[in-house]
Amino acid sequence: MSDDVKKSRPEFRNIHIVDLMNYRMPLASVISILHRVSGLLLFLLLPFILYLLDKSLLSEESFDDFKAVASKWFVKLIILALSWAYLHHFCAGIRHLVMDVHVGLDKDSARKSAAGVFVVSLPLAALVALKLFGVF
Amino acid sequence: MANDNIGPKRLVVGAHYGMRDWLAQRVTAIVMALYTVIILVTFLTGKDFSYEGWAGMFAMQWFKIATFVTLMALFYHAWVGVRDIWMDYVKPVALRLTLQIATMLWLIGCAGWAAQILWRA
Repeated sequence: MSDDVKKSRPEFRNIHIVDLMNYRMPLASVISILHRVSGLLLFLLLPFILYLLDKSLLSEESFDDFKAVASKWFVKLIILALSWAYLHHFCAGIRHLVMDVHVGLDKDSARKSAAGVFVVSLPLAALVALKLFGVF
Repeated sequence: MANDNIGPKRLVVGAHYGMRDWLAQRVTAIVMALYTVIILVTFLTGKDFSYEGWAGMFAMQWFKIATFVTLMALFYHAWVGVRDIWMDYVKPVALRLTLQIATMLWLIGCAGWAAQILWRA
């Protein structure tokens, strides 16, 4: 039995990073890898998010500190990155949930819903950017 | 080996946590999506963007609990997702195990911090 199991079998791994350039990435796979990237980004910046929440709630003085920190341009860039990551992860996640119940699994609708994720998430991220940098 | 359809040579192995975590990731995702709607509606319908408005929102017990439940969902969700990333890209077992344990401890720490932020006297 164990001989059968240990027989060498082809191993299918994620494509290596250097192979990426040789692949034509369909829209759905761009969505997918960005889902991962945005998720990891949100995870890595968790302490920063908790720090901001802490500052914003502790007291009126710390709320003013929070506003001062959040008004620095590089902090605004981080907040923008977080907002994009959240929006992308949210939209791509909703797409996942819909596909989990076997809706829109064929190639054509999968491509359309992938485009839909960008159509929703990118303009909203642009709105956040305009708001952050004081256009309105 | 009579009544199953997996064949006599296949050995089913594994810790069987795949389905549970797959489902947990979906359930926690729905919890977070609902909370996102709650916080957007509560925040955008309130006219008060000052400290009082913001802290007042977080002063309500139901909102503290909703926030805490959502954060717990987030941490579980992040655990499944980040562990998937380590399993996919980090092959040396020692390094993978170290990263997984660090992720777990880190998320538990964040949970403690979140509770402190929400229920500070």
